[in-house]
Amino acid sequence: MKSGDQGALAELYDRYSSIVYAVALRVLGDTGAAEDVLQEVFLQLWRNPGAFDAARGSLGAWLAVITRNRAIDALRRRRPETDIEDVVVSVAPDLAADADRSRAAEKVRGVLGGMPAPQRSALEMAYFEGLSHSEIAAKTGEPLGTIKTRIRAGLITLRKAFQT
Amino acid sequence: MSAHEQFAEDLALYALNALEGDDRSRLERHLASCAECRLELEQLRGDGALLALSTTGPRPPARARQRLLDAIAKESAAHVRTAPRTTPQRGSAWGWLGWAATAAVLVVATLLWKDNSALKQALASANQQGAQELRELQDLRRVTAPILSPDAQVVTVVAVKTPPQPGGKAFYLRNRGSLVFLATNMPPLPPNKAYELWLIPTEGAPIAAGVFKPDAHGRGSVINPPLPAGTQAKTFAITVENEAGSATPTSPVLMVGAGE
Repeated sequence: MKSGDQGALAELYDRYSSIVYAVALRVLGDTGAAEDVLQEVFLQLWRNPGAFDAARGSLGAWLAVITRNRAIDALRRRRPETDIEDVVVSVAPDLAADADRSRAAEKVRGVLGGMPAPQRSALEMAYFEGLSHSEIAAKTGEPLGTIKTRIRAGLITLRKAFQT
Repeated sequence: MSAHEQFAEDLALYALNALEGDDRSRLERHLASCAECRLELEQLRGDGALLALSTTGPRPPARARQRLLDAIAKESAAHVRTAPRTTPQRGSAWGWLGWAATAAVLVVATLLWKDNSALKQALASANQQGAQELRELQDLRRVTAPILSPDAQVVTVVAVKTPPQPGGKAFYLRNRGSLVFLATNMPPLPPNKAYELWLIPTEGAPIAAGVFKPDAHGRGSVINPPLPAGTQAKTFAITVENEAGSATPTSPVLMVGAGE
């Protein structure tokens, strides 16, 4: 995306705004706050198009991760953990096309549905509520070690589902 | 990956920003010198991204699009894009968003200046190459100003095996082809040898990016070597070559970097 090209950003917005908004809304549960995060993510991208390195992964995945991080920080009222430049994401499936993305999304939902409930819930608490491992342990009454094992196992299950 | 089993679960938590306290500091120390774990971290972040991608929901309100385009038009008109600093927006919740871009620039500056002041002290006590090093110091100051932008890609090159701890930092601005590389704790070399820096592009063979010999304190630098313009760098690496340098690497990679 060449700097100064407002049309290019509008195109990216048309393509990716729904995923950014969906992630922000999922985390924040508030449409006004989600809209603010949506605005800020695209503004940051506009100001710093060099932050995304196309050779390293899919823009959709990158945007989704940036959005989730920003939304969690807003949810927990803390300073950003990472700058958008620091985030590098390797995602196996090619998620450039909308059809691929919604197929991938359905597949992930299927994998999550098939996971043992405590594993899925630990993942969701970490990912969408931004809870730390000790907070999850306290909330569930489970030992720290169990939480750690569940979260890693959950991520690996997701990874394996997309390895051919 | 048996040597890293102890870190495997912590890495997964860290990838989701869910790791805290001593576990986190221990892992971050390990990550500083373990490229393998950094790669796994990248993978785990990708796995986490799948969670983000699985969300569905209503489309954003139509007004959001125009709001964004208006904000961009305003910024372009005011040439705000050339400055990394942003003013806090309405509402205290978003005041910190401008901090992130500014902090990135400041952190880079601090690292460089610290190195320069140590170099200056080394100058005061070493007469021999004093004049040469002073010139290099002045060069560094002159070239770092344009390098310090959010677009600069920062790569830390760390030793493949641990102690001693040779290290280096490369600051690369692709569009200008500007490269500043600073090395510390580099072991001394025989008189006819030098360290050579390589830019590893995303496609193609390693590109020679300058030679340097460490000074008495193990410090070295490469400043703006001639590089093909616009090369996309995957990472940087160091080998030992004859002191005139070589067009292609002739010895095993001693140090290699990962994006940070």
